[in-house]
Amino acid sequence: MKYIDEFRDGRLAQGLAARIRQEVDPGRRYALMEFCGGHTHAICRYGIEDLLPSSVRLIHGPGCPVCVLPSGRLQAVIELAERERVILCSYGDLLRVPGAQGDTLLQARARGVDVRMVYSVSDALDIARAHPDQAVVFFAIGFETTTPPTAVAILQAKAEGLRNFSAYCNHVLTPPALRAILATHHAAAASEPPMQLDGCIGPAHVSTIIGSDPYAFVAAEYHRPLVIAGFEPLDVLQAILLLIRQINAGEARIENEYTRAVSPEGNRKAQGIVAEVFMLRPSFEWRGLGELPNSALAIRPEYAEWDAECRFAVPAIAAADHKACACAEVLRGVKRPEQCKVFAAACTPDHPLGSCMVSAEGACAAHYHYGRFRAPQPGALA
Amino acid sequence: MIPSRKLFTRKLDFVHGSVELSHGGGGRAMAQLIEEVFLRAFDNEWLRTQDDCAQFSVPAGRLVMATDSHVVSPLFFPGGDIGCLSVHGTINDVAMAGAQPLYLAASFILEEGFPLADLQRIVNSMALAARQAGTPIVTGDTKVVERGKGDGVFITTTGVGIVPPGVEISARRARPGDAILLSGSLGDHGMAVMAQRENLSFSTPIASDTAALHGLVAAMVAVVPELHCLRDPTRGGLGSALNEIAQQSGVGMRLREAAIPVHEPVRALCEFLGLDPLYVANEGKLLAICPAECADPLLAAMRAHPLGREAAIIGAVAADAHGFVEMETVFGGRRLVDWLSGEQLPRIC
Repeated sequence: MKYIDEFRDGRLAQGLAARIRQEVDPGRRYALMEFCGGHTHAICRYGIEDLLPSSVRLIHGPGCPVCVLPSGRLQAVIELAERERVILCSYGDLLRVPGAQGDTLLQARARGVDVRMVYSVSDALDIARAHPDQAVVFFAIGFETTTPPTAVAILQAKAEGLRNFSAYCNHVLTPPALRAILATHHAAAASEPPMQLDGCIGPAHVSTIIGSDPYAFVAAEYHRPLVIAGFEPLDVLQAILLLIRQINAGEARIENEYTRAVSPEGNRKAQGIVAEVFMLRPSFEWRGLGELPNSALAIRPEYAEWDAECRFAVPAIAAADHKACACAEVLRGVKRPEQCKVFAAACTPDHPLGSCMVSAEGACAAHYHYGRFRAPQPGALA
Repeated sequence: MIPSRKLFTRKLDFVHGSVELSHGGGGRAMAQLIEEVFLRAFDNEWLRTQDDCAQFSVPAGRLVMATDSHVVSPLFFPGGDIGCLSVHGTINDVAMAGAQPLYLAASFILEEGFPLADLQRIVNSMALAARQAGTPIVTGDTKVVERGKGDGVFITTTGVGIVPPGVEISARRARPGDAILLSGSLGDHGMAVMAQRENLSFSTPIASDTAALHGLVAAMVAVVPELHCLRDPTRGGLGSALNEIAQQSGVGMRLREAAIPVHEPVRALCEFLGLDPLYVANEGKLLAICPAECADPLLAAMRAHPLGREAAIIGAVAADAHGFVEMETVFGGRRLVDWLSGEQLPRIC
């Protein structure tokens, strides 16, 4: 496949892996966090850990939108769809995720709720056009990558006077979550045992929208290097090499490995459309990370007619994760998936207890699907 | 004997007509549907008796029986339709025991209002597939359900076949050291169907690989009668089929990603939708496991057959208490090829 295979070349990978082996300082360990689920997926799918020296450890971050969605918000929309008899349009990833009562959208559909899987928000607009007498709710979810399409859809619905369409907004922001993780590590630096986080692999698709400038605080305030990387496995390996070089040199800079798609200022047009339709929520709950200030978006009052939370009474459902679930520690890099007591035992992709097991991009699910053979004993310490 | 045409005053309207509840009611309308659609297309000596069952003699040996229900949507897709698929699917299930299929039975659940033109097209496709495979459809049944209680047409086919002497093929027989062979490229059927779904507007050259594999199996068994396992990786794809065999045989599998053939358009569409071709359905491919020393002659026999031209040795069976199917990736790392959890669903981004 043109423009894809070049970034998955095994021989180039061996060359890069050899460089990494040469350049790591034998006297130290490296703990690097990839923020995005897309990177987690590439790392596990291609077995990138097998190419790295044992002193380099990858920590899977919280950049999986499905994983960080609080189960109460999912439960709320299932109840809304059931009560109001709306057509609920959702991306495929969400369909199997259990809500607060263990209920999934697929189960709701089996009970008769009209849940439709869509490939993009424009499919949801088409459904709204085709069913003018029925309310159509689009389950809007994702980081900065999927936010502009939702904004465009709301603008389009307004322009067309499509009044039976609305969006249930769960869009979240990358920099505040990254800040929350770095702050935890910063505060805990003196604690025992110390949590190590030496650098970050920065988001690919998110950065095409927001650019590389919003990550400046990572270097300036937390003195960690960050390398923005594409989602292909060679991108990831190259980013790891660049991070190791910065760490060895005692540097903390924002570097961009993904120059083929990311500029410092990002996509201004998309940012403008997002700013037109959305505003910051003062606070938003992230599954696994808790309440984070200014970390999510809400639809502006001017577009309230297309905001499902304004049009319908959406119940606020508080739900705590299972007690034995170590997702919060996994998301912050304190624990590896296989160090959780319930990993691959009580918690599996078929019956997830915690957020990291629910989507293919979640740290636990990716490890379960692709890497379980490395630590085959359920709950074993690696 | 075909019933006298005098029974029916007017012929079925294959242009504008549709299935009515009376076509499943057991009366004259049903007799007409059977005669003008099914008998005409499937015509053979067993059906012509018009009995409720087919009687036939079988050679001595071990009989194989398999059944398969078909509920594909859309009903027509590039490379095939539910009709030929329902014939190939059951023939392949019979063939995966190393058997040669003898006869098929077909059962139809039709939805009231289903266009007779579509039904005729599907039945003709089944007839052609059965004839090409040399496996006649010797008995059948038709039911009609009310509008809204079916999805156009559901077809269940059942087949019987006979295993040649000396052949002992079972998913329990994979042994550490055995070679794993695949007859051709992965994912063509599943992606051909998916690209046709109403809410995807992809234009791709992908066609279903639907095909009857018993000819290929016969060629393989003739060269390597000691074949251990055969499986057609349909729903759930290669990944699921290998996990099933690993569990049933109590072994692990080690694959090489670079050796697994996947056509370029299939890879591209999978990439676009975030799907893994290892879990996409195939309808004309088989997976074979044989002692390592037989791998080369088996591969040569497969490649000599038109349905096995792209055959490849994709890995080996390993001793593994966990039954893991592992793969060396094109990138040089390793990954697990796990059981699928539920259906494969496209990803957000």
